[in-house]
Amino acid sequence: MKNAKHSHFSGLIKKSGLAIIATAFVLTASIAQAEFKPAVVYDIAGKNDKSFNESVFNGATRFMNDTGIAVTELEPTNAAQVEQTLKKLAQRGYEPIVAVGFGMSNAVAAASEAYPDTKFTLIDGWVMAPNVQVVLYKEHEGSFLVGVLAAMNSKTGTVGFVGGMDIPLISRFECGYKQGVAYQDSSMKVLANMTGSTPAAFGNPSKGGELTRSQIEAGADVVYAAAGGTGIGVYQTAADMGVLAIGVDDNQNYMQPGTMLTSMFKLVGDAAYDSYEAAMNGTWDPAMRVLGLAENGVGWALDEYNRDMISAEMEARVNEVRASIISGDIVVHDYTTDNSCPI
Amino acid sequence: MTRDRRLSWINGLLLPLFNVLTAFLATAVVFILIDVNPIEATKILIYGAFGYEEGIGYTLYYTTNFIFTGLAVAVAFHAGLFNIGGEGQAYVGGLGTALVALYIDPTLSAWLIIPLGISGGLLFGAMWAIIPAYLQAYRGSHIVITTIMFNFLASALMVYLLVHVLREVGQMSPQSKDFPDSAWIPFVHDVFAGMGYKIAESPLNLSFIIALLFSALVWFFLWHTRWGFAIRATGKSNDAAVYSGINPKKIIVVTMCISGALAGLVGINELMGVQHRLLLDFNYGYGFGGIAVALMGRNHPIGIIIAALLFGILYQGGMDLAFEMQSVSRHIIVVMQGLVILFCGGLEYLYRPILIRFLAPIEASE
Repeated sequence: MKNAKHSHFSGLIKKSGLAIIATAFVLTASIAQAEFKPAVVYDIAGKNDKSFNESVFNGATRFMNDTGIAVTELEPTNAAQVEQTLKKLAQRGYEPIVAVGFGMSNAVAAASEAYPDTKFTLIDGWVMAPNVQVVLYKEHEGSFLVGVLAAMNSKTGTVGFVGGMDIPLISRFECGYKQGVAYQDSSMKVLANMTGSTPAAFGNPSKGGELTRSQIEAGADVVYAAAGGTGIGVYQTAADMGVLAIGVDDNQNYMQPGTMLTSMFKLVGDAAYDSYEAAMNGTWDPAMRVLGLAENGVGWALDEYNRDMISAEMEARVNEVRASIISGDIVVHDYTTDNSCPI
Repeated sequence: MTRDRRLSWINGLLLPLFNVLTAFLATAVVFILIDVNPIEATKILIYGAFGYEEGIGYTLYYTTNFIFTGLAVAVAFHAGLFNIGGEGQAYVGGLGTALVALYIDPTLSAWLIIPLGISGGLLFGAMWAIIPAYLQAYRGSHIVITTIMFNFLASALMVYLLVHVLREVGQMSPQSKDFPDSAWIPFVHDVFAGMGYKIAESPLNLSFIIALLFSALVWFFLWHTRWGFAIRATGKSNDAAVYSGINPKKIIVVTMCISGALAGLVGINELMGVQHRLLLDFNYGYGFGGIAVALMGRNHPIGIIIAALLFGILYQGGMDLAFEMQSVSRHIIVVMQGLVILFCGGLEYLYRPILIRFLAPIEASE
């Protein structure tokens, strides 16, 4: 009896040993094939955040539709998992691996060091490594433009800004916007509020709506939201109370047609798409990409939804300012360089 | 006497087992609904948690956090207090640990810095629990409400500190600068490498041993000291405690401080052990997970270690599951955890009447 039990047990060990060997074999085989396997790792907000991550998701989806190549997507739930996920993808031969958001910088640094032959693309973050392509945006430039437009459209002399989470990145939007407003009309007042102090502040439309309401009651008649999913509440309240709103990240002009003045677009989806395409064509290189107005990485959206609201004078003025920023005649201060805003 | 013993093995062993099995069955139904083969999924989950060295490392690393918060909730439970504030206490406790690691003279020995870091976590965690404890004991504010509120306060405080005080200029993420090497708790793979064995890298560090030590300490404290007796007496019956000369108000404050201190140790594992810097939301989910762990572990350190291991498996195996099966999103993992919590916490006595009906005659005949 004892013996039978024993042999059964060792049989189990043998079986599981075989299984491990088989798995290892499958793994090596899949690495050896070296097919093109792009991947994306979203940050902790998840891919359906109606904002930043979702833009990347749309970029990845567009790549899948255009090429028929599957992009493996992962959504880690905590800091340790981000690094684990990146390393695991690299180990299994996925590349390029697009990492979304400034919060992933540490994890990408660790993973790119552990897998120096794997290509990583980090959007909005900062890592110095020969196998990491960093993509950054000059949100302050785009925000400056919509600030000019806000100032031109305000009748009360007061405009509003609703930020998401209180972090330097969002302050960069705010500071650029304030500079744009002041550039157009230095007597204008800007009311600014942050929605909260945790990442949940990017997904709180009702709080966004409340903040917008109080800003409108204090006189604001154009409100710019840089708040991810919270913006939905901002646009809704602005539409309900008949004032103008400005969208962010994606072109959100379609969301409340008639009261959406414009959107400050930040094309993160394109960054993911470009990275995949470049890697596929063998032209991917780790040089840092800083995308501002000149590179059309950020900008202001003009489409059929807001065409009627933008007069020829406004369009000319904004494009003139845009050209001045590109040429360097106007220098927009970046909040994150010294954590302060001149205005 | 026999009746009590019968209850204890049904309550302590069979009920949690049945509850967990029910949760897994319900999960299987969810998997079938989303066209995932539950057997296949279970295989991947188990393999992810135990199938390879790195996976085991991750599983035990998550387990460490759940042991700390599970113990925290359990100690409070024994005094009849429901500490929902583990999340905030863990967060602020991590601040204490980080302050030691950041501002102490880095040339000092790790043998000094690490114990000081642990003390920092204990102290700050306790500090974050003492106000709700005082309000409960002397002002009658319900501990559940105040500790929940203190979670939000902790979150706001930490964001403020990380954004405005501890963050370096030019650094985008709200995080502190790196801890000096002497404030790192050694990784288990490094310890093994030092002894000549090579094992896969994982975040598992010696905090796991610290967690086991604290489990033993909590057991000794609760069942073999006067304070422990006073805590359990207060939890069983406030009035009886008063008649035996115990001051329940004092007990409430002391218990909550101990509870908060234990939760504060999450920072040891997360910050000194793995991240080596203070960052946002390192505590995410462990404080609340600790409630489920304590419930499932019947507030006993051994049960807590087992329940924490189960949660470690769900975290790490779930991660592998999401990796291998694209149709399993991370939200399904949350559903699994939710079902475990529902059946082990919310419906913990679901099977008790049936079990007693069937098992009582068997036991009586013995």
